[in-house]
Amino acid sequence: MDVAAPAHWTLLEVLRYRMGLTGSKQGCDKGDCGACTVLVDGRPELSCLTLAALAEGKQITTIEGLMPAHVAAGGEGADPVQDAFDRCGALQCGFCQPGMMLSARALLNGNACPTKGEIKDALSGNLCRCTGYTQIIQAVELAVAEAAGVEPVSPAWAPHENPWRSNGTAPANETTER
Amino acid sequence: MLRLPKFEIARPTSIDEVVALLSEHGDDAQIIAGGTDLVPNMKHELFTPKVVVSIADVPDIAGVRVESDGTLAIGAMTTLHDVASDERVRSIAPALGHATALISGPQLRRMGTLGGNVMLDTRCQWYNQTHFWRKSLGYCLKKDGTVCHVVQSGQKCVAAASNDSAPALMTLDATLVFHGTDGRRELPIDDLWRADGIYNKHVSGELLTEIRIPATPRGHRGAYEKLRDRDSIDFPLLGVAARVDWDDAGDRVARAEVCLVALQARPVRLKKVAELLVGKQRASAELDGAIEASAERAYKQCRPLPNIPGDHEYRHEMAPVFVRRALRACVRASENASDAAGV
Ligand SMILES: Cc1cc2nc3c(=O)[nH]c(=O)nc-3n(C[C@H](O)[C@H](O)[C@H](O)COP(=O)(O)OP(=O)(O)OC[C@H]3O[C@@H](n4cnc5c(N)ncnc54)[C@H](O)[C@@H]3O)c2cc1C
Ligand code: SF4
Ligand code: FES
Ligand code: FES
Repeated sequence: MDVAAPAHWTLLEVLRYRMGLTGSKQGCDKGDCGACTVLVDGRPELSCLTLAALAEGKQITTIEGLMPAHVAAGGEGADPVQDAFDRCGALQCGFCQPGMMLSARALLNGNACPTKGEIKDALSGNLCRCTGYTQIIQAVELAVAEAAGVEPVSPAWAPHENPWRSNGTAPANETTER
Repeated sequence: MLRLPKFEIARPTSIDEVVALLSEHGDDAQIIAGGTDLVPNMKHELFTPKVVVSIADVPDIAGVRVESDGTLAIGAMTTLHDVASDERVRSIAPALGHATALISGPQLRRMGTLGGNVMLDTRCQWYNQTHFWRKSLGYCLKKDGTVCHVVQSGQKCVAAASNDSAPALMTLDATLVFHGTDGRRELPIDDLWRADGIYNKHVSGELLTEIRIPATPRGHRGAYEKLRDRDSIDFPLLGVAARVDWDDAGDRVARAEVCLVALQARPVRLKKVAELLVGKQRASAELDGAIEASAERAYKQCRPLPNIPGDHEYRHEMAPVFVRRALRACVRASENASDAAGV
């Protein structure tokens, strides 16, 4: 896509204020928080520190692009990472989410079965002021487990249940047992 | 929202073009590699270049190579991520592998380069602030002012070298390849630094193209230990690189080095501290004692200042702890069975 902007504009400014793509958030605007994370040729990078002119010719994926990419690849609905974040309640204010989900997507594209440590490392450049990270990490674990077709681990807030089977509803036998 | 001041971007496609642009524009030009230090500094109006010279299109200055004599040659534009995840770096220069893996966070390591890290500006809590903040407080020596807020009577800026790769590269005897109007030259990394926080390097207006690390002996061990509040994103509050080389027989220390960063304007080499280990027997009480003595001596030789965030007395107390940890990590690395057999 062609877009004109002055030489001193960042990629984040062009995305938000030229293209109207406000999904990428302007948090600290100086590299600390990760809210502006986008994928540049598939790698998670910070758009607030990227000069727009130097991103010319590169493939930029913002949070707006995740679902279309998933659908184009034959999937249905939102990207599984987005879906898992939604089902895990991995957000409060939501400001950090676009960056979090793009960091997670980049991880899963390169490593379909990351360990919890690898998930934490991959998200360690994204700050969240609200959630305390637990649900965020669980959301990525859920996306990983479902992609691999294995039983997801029970969430910390419901240790004896597995609400993730059949899209959020706990299996009938477990409900009647209680 | 932090807007960038206006500038033009130049995109040279050869080393010669970069050199020509730098000499044409002098102080009005600044090189941009990954931009992860330059862009925040421009947003804070610490640097206001008229021309920003991108070196992204210059061929052959990125990538890791091992030459026939075992020299590890790393292009200046190699990203920190690529340095940290390279197996050859991890085996030939483990301290550099550790140090680069601990720089900032994952996104910044994919943007930031090793060359940019070597050439990083010094840092200070009174300096790395917005223009509004600095103006409200009163400017300082390093930028626009006449006083130092750290050493009030001081005539010299003591902003801290804060690049994690620097002490690691010093323990590894790295040389730096620069290109300027006089052509190509190699500079031992220790000769790059000067003790001036305003600009802590002897080189300016030249392009760094390569970082060269001579082959390390089979008994080489290296480690990097970093103090910071969070395990990600943060700059070092103290960084310690250590090197221990075992002799050919694998049972005595043939060489040791300890280098520190995030103290003063230049990274520091603690020569006398490291020498205490030389000749000591592997896995012996005398070696343990020497490590303790090194840590104590490092405490006496370091004087952290309130230049970067983090209580400076705490940083001082942590110096022996981190020197001990880094040396022990080197020694431990050589004690595991497979390594010991290899020495
Ligand atoms: C939130 C945050 C956290 C950070 N944490 C750390 C940290 O923990 N440790 C750390 O060491 N750094 C840290 N950094 C700083 C920075 O990300 C790294 O030091 C990085 O390696 C800089 O490389 P770059 O390519 O982005 O440099 P740039 O910003 O492009 O350049 C830095 C400086 O070097 C000059 N330069 C760059 N390349 C060359 C070259 N080839 N020849 C001559 N001059 C050159 C530029 O003109 C500029 O003055 C952090 C930055 C941010 C924003
Ligand atoms: S050490 Fe002093 S002169 Fe240097 S940046 Fe800090 S306050 Fe300014
Ligand atoms: S807005 Fe880019 S890192 Fe905070
Ligand atoms: S949900 Fe508010 S910052 Fe993460």
